[in-house]
Amino acid sequence: MPRNFVQDRAGTTPLASVDVTTSTASLPPPVRDGLGMGTAVGLSGTAFGAAAVTAGLSVPQACVLSLLAFTGASQFALVGVVAGGGGLAAGAAGALLLGARNTLYGLRMADLLHWRGPRRLLVAHGIIDETAAGALAQPTAAWARTSFVTVFTSLYLTWNLTTLVGALATERIGDTDAFGLDAMSAAVFLALVAARLRDNRRERLVAVLAAAIALAAVPFAPPGVPVLLAAAAALIVPSGGPAGSPGDDEGGDGGAPGSDGGDADPGRGEVRA
Amino acid sequence: MTLWLVIIGTCAGCYLLKLAGLSAPRRLLDHPLVRRFAMTVPVALLAALIAVQTASDGGQELVFDPARVGGVAAAAIALLLRAPFLVVLAAAAATAAGLRLLGL
Repeated sequence: MPRNFVQDRAGTTPLASVDVTTSTASLPPPVRDGLGMGTAVGLSGTAFGAAAVTAGLSVPQACVLSLLAFTGASQFALVGVVAGGGGLAAGAAGALLLGARNTLYGLRMADLLHWRGPRRLLVAHGIIDETAAGALAQPTAAWARTSFVTVFTSLYLTWNLTTLVGALATERIGDTDAFGLDAMSAAVFLALVAARLRDNRRERLVAVLAAAIALAAVPFAPPGVPVLLAAAAALIVPSGGPAGSPGDDEGGDGGAPGSDGGDADPGRGEVRA
Repeated sequence: MTLWLVIIGTCAGCYLLKLAGLSAPRRLLDHPLVRRFAMTVPVALLAALIAVQTASDGGQELVFDPARVGGVAAAAIALLLRAPFLVVLAAAAATAAGLRLLGL
């Protein structure tokens, strides 16, 4: 997750390192940050469109996923399993398990955004990594709402447009591996977890364990299943327990019992869900 | 046809998962085990996806593709240098494509 766009720069202008800010410098911060993040992440829809068509999906199928599922990791997971000839059930299960974290973002967003009534049905569709990260990084509820709307809108439009472009282009190009798109897909995930791995020792441990579980399971389990099994790593690694040394920044040591993985730490602007 | 059904099902499921969070009773998240699992599971799933995508062909065989591994390594280096998101993706694709051009 490109959370580093919007955090860790107390006293400086957020997004200072992102080139798209130059033309939008006069906009309010949540709009400026939101456009930057939404557009940048949205462009990786190209990689999804390419991956989907390479996996054997049609262009309309790729576009329907981006329009209606609209949660990148789940979409990649589904087409990844289809590409490997894996069971469709395993692909869907992987996609839904990855999509389950949006439920947890939703719990947070309900508290933060206070949108009720029919509007909630539309807002729900926009609850993903990036909108949650953007909203939770804002200092006030009003800015959180502005950020949410900005990221949702810009990301939705860009993601769907670039999915179409990537899918159509791939249909004509054929071998996308020649363009390194297979490596780009893994790079998308790497970028999404990078900020968390940088800051949090326990999550580094979880990541390494999860990767090991998945790789060990690849020869024995049908495609898609190794990733599901790796979810166990989240339960195996203790939180703030023996693995949490004094240097552990999880905040568990000496903190409130409920502080492990609890509310976003405002000091770091981290999204924890 | 089956693929279409799976796609529609996945879309519906993904939407309902999002809506469930907005509508769920708050005390659900207060259960420590649910909470611990929920907070960390994205990292576990994403790390597993990275490993599987890098070191397998999507099937049941582990493979070492120097170009792909090189591309992912380039992305990791770009992230360590705190490069913007698009630069990270470009570094991965360009490195993998370049290595393949060299015949790796």
